[in-house]
Amino acid sequence: MRSFFRVVWLVLRKDMTVEVRSFEIISTTLFFAVSVVLFFAFALVKEGQPPGDAAAGILWIAIAFAGTLALGRTFEREGKSETLRALLLAPCDRPAIYVAKLLGMIGLLIGAELILVPLVALFFQAQLLAHPFWLGALLVSGTLGYAAVGTLFAAMLVRARSRDVLLPILLYPITIPVIIAGVRGTATLLDPAGEMAMVRFWTMLLVAFDAVFVALALWTFETLMTD
Amino acid sequence: MTQNFDQVTVSDVSRHFGRRRALSNLSFRCETGSILGLLGPNGAGKSTLLAILATLLRPTSGAVQYGSLGTVHDTQSTGVNGLALRAQIGFLTHDLGLYTELTARENLEFFAGIYGMENVAAVAEGALSHADLLKRADDPVASFSRGMRQRIALERVLIHGPQLLLLDEPFTGLDDQSVATLIARLLDLRTKGTITVLATHDLEMVEGLFDQAVLIRDGRMLETMIRPKSLRSLYQSTIKRESQ
Repeated sequence: MRSFFRVVWLVLRKDMTVEVRSFEIISTTLFFAVSVVLFFAFALVKEGQPPGDAAAGILWIAIAFAGTLALGRTFEREGKSETLRALLLAPCDRPAIYVAKLLGMIGLLIGAELILVPLVALFFQAQLLAHPFWLGALLVSGTLGYAAVGTLFAAMLVRARSRDVLLPILLYPITIPVIIAGVRGTATLLDPAGEMAMVRFWTMLLVAFDAVFVALALWTFETLMTD
Repeated sequence: MTQNFDQVTVSDVSRHFGRRRALSNLSFRCETGSILGLLGPNGAGKSTLLAILATLLRPTSGAVQYGSLGTVHDTQSTGVNGLALRAQIGFLTHDLGLYTELTARENLEFFAGIYGMENVAAVAEGALSHADLLKRADDPVASFSRGMRQRIALERVLIHGPQLLLLDEPFTGLDDQSVATLIARLLDLRTKGTITVLATHDLEMVEGLFDQAVLIRDGRMLETMIRPKSLRSLYQSTIKRESQ
């Protein structure tokens, strides 16, 4: 188990070093995420009045789209010089590579969310920060579920020629339950008449999705990556 | 992780990708302390065979036996045999497998760590010395020439002292001196008992290097040659004969 976490740490540290030097994925992901929010703000906010209930959907659309962009780029880097093959050949538990990539993706998306939440709150006059704990719980559990599936599919498609097209086609149908739960939970949180029991329900549903998706990904990663 | 094997036996290995047959019933054996050449034109199936030997692909039929350590199918599990097998294989692909944003030292330290080696700094220092790149150790790999990258990549695959060394076109981009250094390194590894399988179509560069050469085309084995001399003429006559 110690060697598992050692490999997770080594791969995660390597990815962070590469990213700090290239600034490639962080810059494109954040630029894209902020652009999505701005486009919706210009399109939907009329005379300073945002449409009701739009904030939650726009926040999750920005996260999902920016996440897809980041997922594709993360594994493209490993495929570019066949470094993924070198990693897979190492005598370590292959799921440790998956866990490292997953943690990196979650870190990146949470970083994007730290910028997106105040931006959406500002443009759409949404009380997103009224319940910081529950908002954090919804975002973290939703991000984990989305990234768990996305990381697995991105790794699977690393050698596919049309991976940029295939990734969203595979990813969105599977992660729709996560996005719906995230949107409904956040919308309930923003609704002054919304019940906290419903927020708890959506959060627990997301945690259940997370457990299923992470378990399935860890179980199948080795087989999917070998052939 | 210290288990070893003294031979690799390829028995009737075929590999299909959908309806395309990449390899068809290949059989040969390589012993400890030998260099086997995989020769053939582009698209012959050399890289596919190397990927199977590296345990990264499964044969559709047939088996690869690594001495007493097991078959290629055992690597699917995370069990002791799978990990022990992978710990004994070094695979240099045509794309080198280096992170160009990292320095040469960081690349070597990273892979030494992934291979579970102690004192990664000293291991990387030794590898840099072997590659004759100590002066450029802290430069990003992106700033290296193809030849320098090739030397670092070779040290990366040798960093854990593998028993089976798989090289896919290792002479690409190397100048004459680097080719001579690489060949000297391979001969040194042969004396230490390493099994080397080298795929190439640069026949002049490997003249006299191989203990055994396997000639394949369209995934089929055309000829096996023991200590072949005049590789170019043997290769051309075999290809010509098979084309008729």
